Amino acid sequence: MATAVQVTVETENYLNNGYGLKSWLLTKDHKRIAILYLISITGMFFVGGFFAMLIRLELLTPAGDLVSSDTYNKLFTMHGISMIFFFLIPSVPAVLGNFLIPLMVGAKDLAFPRINLLSWYLYIIGAAFALVSMVMGGVDTGWTFYTPFSTTYSNTHVIGTALGIFIAGFSSIFTGLNFIVTIHRMRAPGMTWTRLPLFCWSNYAASIIMVLGTPVVAITILLVALERLFHIGVFNPALGGDPLLFQHLFWFYSHPAVYIMILPGMGVISEVVTCFSRKRVFGYEFVALASIAIAVLGFLVWAHHMFVAGISVYAALVFSLLSYLVAIPSAVKIFNWTATLYKGSIRYDTPMLYAFGFMGLFTIGGLTGVFLASIGVDVHVTDTYFVVAHFHYVMVGGMVLAYMAGLHFWWPKITGRMYPEGWAKLSALLVFVGFNLTFFPQFVLGYMGMPRRYHAYPPEFQVLNVLSTAGASVLAMGYVLPMIYFLWSLKYGKLAGPNPWNAVGLEWMTPSPPPTHNFDETPVVTWEAYDYEHQPDEEVTVGH
Amino acid sequence: MWKNLPLFPEQASSMASQVDGLYFLLVGVSAFFTLLIFVLVFVFAVKYRHTAHPRAEQIEGSLPLELTWTLIPLGISMIFFAWGALIYFQEARPPRGAMEVYAVAKQWMWKFEHDTGQREINALHLPVNRDIKMIMSSQDTIHSFFVPAFRIKQDVLPGRFTSTWFHTTKVGTYHLFCAEYCGTEHSGMIGEVVVMEPTAYQAWLANGGATGTMAANGKELFTQLGCATCHRSDTQGRGPNLTGVFGKPVQLDDGRTVMADENYIRESILNPQAKVVAGFKPIMPTFQGQVTEESLGALVSYVKSLAQPQQKAAGGAPQPGAANESN
Repeated sequence: MATAVQVTVETENYLNNGYGLKSWLLTKDHKRIAILYLISITGMFFVGGFFAMLIRLELLTPAGDLVSSDTYNKLFTMHGISMIFFFLIPSVPAVLGNFLIPLMVGAKDLAFPRINLLSWYLYIIGAAFALVSMVMGGVDTGWTFYTPFSTTYSNTHVIGTALGIFIAGFSSIFTGLNFIVTIHRMRAPGMTWTRLPLFCWSNYAASIIMVLGTPVVAITILLVALERLFHIGVFNPALGGDPLLFQHLFWFYSHPAVYIMILPGMGVISEVVTCFSRKRVFGYEFVALASIAIAVLGFLVWAHHMFVAGISVYAALVFSLLSYLVAIPSAVKIFNWTATLYKGSIRYDTPMLYAFGFMGLFTIGGLTGVFLASIGVDVHVTDTYFVVAHFHYVMVGGMVLAYMAGLHFWWPKITGRMYPEGWAKLSALLVFVGFNLTFFPQFVLGYMGMPRRYHAYPPEFQVLNVLSTAGASVLAMGYVLPMIYFLWSLKYGKLAGPNPWNAVGLEWMTPSPPPTHNFDETPVVTWEAYDYEHQPDEEVTVGH
Repeated sequence: MWKNLPLFPEQASSMASQVDGLYFLLVGVSAFFTLLIFVLVFVFAVKYRHTAHPRAEQIEGSLPLELTWTLIPLGISMIFFAWGALIYFQEARPPRGAMEVYAVAKQWMWKFEHDTGQREINALHLPVNRDIKMIMSSQDTIHSFFVPAFRIKQDVLPGRFTSTWFHTTKVGTYHLFCAEYCGTEHSGMIGEVVVMEPTAYQAWLANGGATGTMAANGKELFTQLGCATCHRSDTQGRGPNLTGVFGKPVQLDDGRTVMADENYIRESILNPQAKVVAGFKPIMPTFQGQVTEESLGALVSYVKSLAQPQQKAAGGAPQPGAANESN
């Protein structure tokens, strides 16, 4: 636990200004809340990862022989719910965003520190509902809760789990609200919008989606509960409802939600690529506005999940077109990061290795999304492993790698200690290799026609499934390793100093770990974001 | 080895080669851009590594470059969009004269009924080189009819008909999967589609154990349920005469016009007050709960038959045989 951190530097910082459980559970410091979130979501990540391992083990053989069908259905459901609602959505915003946004804009805290603490409590209550439901027997609807299965036919703990997601949703709304207000109102003198780090821009874009989209899923969950408990016909045609209405409402949130997950990760990549290239970002305005374009267009593409669901031909056409448009800003970002490398002075520290991995895997994830936007091809590959592979390329290859890049990049700032560079490079390699081995075969499986959420499958799909499971075990090692060395570094890591990467950005101009109020004096910003031209590279000492 | 490790699905419908064509183009273009990014990142990372290039050159950006990598992907994606949409339009429009098969999905099985009356479970026998239209509904939750070799997939919903079609091109046995998660035995809700030579198909039909065509069964139900009392084949009935109605626009009493398709007939049976034909009173009772999904199919098939001068043959003349069901 982070409470065990022994800081040998005697200056007061946010970690040594109070000890004991109370000083953590009642803290209003955005940095401590970020640590609370870090511990909580790491727990949920390993819960979800455990379910994933059982899924991959079951799929080693074509017959459903390791667990029963009901158990298998619960495993993939709970894997999805743990990972999406309790890990991916809060990951970068609630941990890194919470810690960094006030530091990056030169503020003492977020705009509403109490609401920030409340958001963590709501997350914990939501997670508790979900976990208790899992322990009591779990839920088997798939993370998508499609009706009328979830409202009428499932005999599992739908309400408890859905309530957990409902509550956790408010935690995400509060985080988004805090970020929007903080970025608007609390920037230091001179920190204009065009000097704002791109990490803030992308978290700002994600916050807009959190605030506008999350209420819709909350309403949808309530309607599911009403139909399930009181048989009020909303979604079940036998009660006079419409099952496709659920899909429209659900994806109205859950498609933008994938941008809640990926946008903050894109922000991390902008920070890391510039720092380790010693260069300003190529086309700042385009990268910044691409985030906003993704947030806006992301709200208008939800029905591309429904091309075979029974929507009208013309609706499908419009949603296909819009889905292509939302792909363009992501492509613009990838090209700009690549161009940022050009004539840079590039170092291969772990955060940069993860960022390289992100650029490759996110490119594949994004391009396979183009396959799915194309209705003619989507009809064949939707609901197959092709979608599973695409989603994991974006969410794991993209988002988790970005999160890992960010965690390594700011670990010295958060803890004051360096992680062991050699082990960290190994973990980056394991994750990259393991990831590709796990998920690339699934593209082939999907085009072959293997449906997702299948407990048993025809024998000709076995070889590719075995490859995938083998990859998953490499990937698991890649995840466990950082867990170990990060904990190790808390006590034994080299002292980082305020700016081990010699990076620009206000967060690096204050000690590591930062003092409780972040800055002794409110900084005055007179330079552009990523002003590496005026940051000589020779001072780099620690961590190399 | 390759027999146990197929890497590409068979092509057994006319749509398959079209979908694959677009797929290969997508793979090609994606591979190009992926390689482009990989190579650029790799080359820059090596060439401008800090030991070889200790001082970065600051470059602000470039509007021409931004426009290039915005507009070129946009242009390429519009080609994909148009091509994908063209394929989809074909998939969405069954050709006239397609042979019709009704499917009822339930947890966890597929029930099929041929126009000619043969019924089967988790297997679907079809003739080669025919257009086949599937008219499907679910008895419980959402399922999805997916035959990878045909490259088609269509969700099967409770409370309405959905349809899809394909043209069989190759004799063989193909996987049928339920592709929409539907509960415990979802992965057991599978079957096979057997595409046969026309003569073999005729032989199969003859042994199919049909007890009259779907339309004939529908007609019997039509009488049993008392529909025929009001829906008479002259102009004296209290309900509209159904002869020649199917597939034509119907004027409603609220001024709207709707197409008399499968879903309209279904709605008129289960929720008659929803769309009342102009000139008639809303007096028809609902048949909700009195007719099964299979009966609805038969009734629809009968109403359809009333719109045709003569019963069209489905893959050959109906041959009510006396043998057991094939399954």
